[in-house]
Amino acid sequence: MPAAKTVPIQLRYLAHARSGDKGNSANVGLIALRPEWYDLLRSQVTVARVRRHFRGMASGVERYELPNLGALNFLLHGALDGGGTISLKTDAQGKVYSTALLRMEIPVPVAVARKARKEAR
Amino acid sequence: MSGKVVRIAAGQGFWGDWPEAPVRQVAGGPIDYLMMDYLAEVTMSIMQKQRSRDPRAGFARDFVPLMGRILPDVVARGIKVTSNAGGVNPRGCAEAVLEVARKLGLAGKLKVGLVTGDDLLPDLDLLLAAGHELRDMETGRPLSDIRARVLSANAYLGMRPMVEALGRGAQVVITGRVTDTGLTLAPMFHEFGWDPEDWDKVAAGTVAGHIIECGAQSSGGNLLKDWRSVRGMADPGFPIVEASADGSFVVTKHPGTGGVVSIASVTEQLVYEMGDPRSYITPDGVADFTTIRLAKAGKDRVRVSGIRGGPRTPMLKVSVSYFYGYKAVGTLVYSWPDAYDKARAADRILRQRLADLGLEFEQVLTEYVGVDATHGRLAGPADPEAPEVQLRVGVRGTDKAAVERFTREIAPLVLTGPPSVTGFAGGRPQVEEVVAYWPALIDRTAVESGVRVEILEA
Repeated sequence: MPAAKTVPIQLRYLAHARSGDKGNSANVGLIALRPEWYDLLRSQVTVARVRRHFRGMASGVERYELPNLGALNFLLHGALDGGGTISLKTDAQGKVYSTALLRMEIPVPVAVARKARKEAR
Repeated sequence: MSGKVVRIAAGQGFWGDWPEAPVRQVAGGPIDYLMMDYLAEVTMSIMQKQRSRDPRAGFARDFVPLMGRILPDVVARGIKVTSNAGGVNPRGCAEAVLEVARKLGLAGKLKVGLVTGDDLLPDLDLLLAAGHELRDMETGRPLSDIRARVLSANAYLGMRPMVEALGRGAQVVITGRVTDTGLTLAPMFHEFGWDPEDWDKVAAGTVAGHIIECGAQSSGGNLLKDWRSVRGMADPGFPIVEASADGSFVVTKHPGTGGVVSIASVTEQLVYEMGDPRSYITPDGVADFTTIRLAKAGKDRVRVSGIRGGPRTPMLKVSVSYFYGYKAVGTLVYSWPDAYDKARAADRILRQRLADLGLEFEQVLTEYVGVDATHGRLAGPADPEAPEVQLRVGVRGTDKAAVERFTREIAPLVLTGPPSVTGFAGGRPQVEEVVAYWPALIDRTAVESGVRVEILEA
């Protein structure tokens, strides 16, 4: 089966996100900007990719699916340097891990990339 | 079928939220309930510290003058208020509110419901002796490891005592550590007379509570999607839930206010601080966030329906806070050219001096604001033409003298380190006490027998 031609694109063009803290873990909810892009996120934003993206910044990654909201939820364990009041980090409560995930690139069909970039303008 | 709708408005999303919000919620249109959430995980320890200095303190003090501003309207219109502003001293909070009511001429016109029994500190040793180990949910360590350093211990109570208080005629319900979601659940169960073991209704109210518990964070605040298009945030409309008897509800805000209520704004809040979406556990039940259905229902209106849930667990969560140590954070700003290189050179000098002094810390963390403070290495290499970079160095340890000495090592870098440095006008960094958080579980029976509901009159 011939694979459709794909190009890499940053998640910022395909999704929005919000993050917060759960103890010493950060959570990132990744929400498809269009419902039809949820399946792309689900197939491409894998635990392995997210773990690689945050290597050195999180000790483990869990992923949960919320197809009803077009969203994936990631738990980034050990990401907050102790978390809560202990952490010395500027982002001790993981508020901007959301945008850190949106830096990640995934391969998508050329037509999707074109549309996503156009809508971002 | 009853067409009754109950309007529950969020007035505060945390201790320190916008002080005008509850006033606008009361004045801006019809509401039946005002819920005000004041308690984050570490808030209880701050309140505990305040109570140890002054036995009349230990609650969200700003709640009292705030109630003074809205009580005349609240009483005249029969609006009810649910709040966990009581912190570690809900009785003191309730009495302060009653005093304000009397000063406003509302004697005989206001009943305050007081919920106590969440505070486990007085009985902590009895509980430990009885075999409740209160192990840290993250590390598994038993509480006995840090017993001597415990500052506060509170169980998370659910909606049930608040439902009782409302049923006994309370117009304002003041609690200690009840869940944020319980503040919204209680009005729904009281008004619709739902069975507290109707787990789908519990789940629906829990989701409603989760959506509004962070105030404007579901109505345009901190909204990433199309953030430039969010208008009127100088006067943001805080969220309002319009609940129906079938468990569905609409999220909206008062007309004419700023912000936006959209599927995007509600979804961002739904995923906030989420763990396993199928199992959002509260003292009242377990909600399944994968069953939530959202639909646009007009301008700034989102209908939420379809929510399923399961039975409550036999355990309650306990939030313990304990003394951990000390920390301090110092900053300096370096300007172009070579701002980042200068900041790095200053950090090397600082660390050498700390080592030469023989100071020991549990951790020394350096961040370069403008380069890597929010996204670490994901932000890529520093821009050599950056107009400025802030050096931000934090230390943490148990030796107060070492942390104190660190705070005296920042300013000297101005005249004994790399050039073009500024931004030290704030003076020496402050030494802060670190109070840490210890989440644990306890059998609910060990707590619930001690929960009390009282009705106090102005």
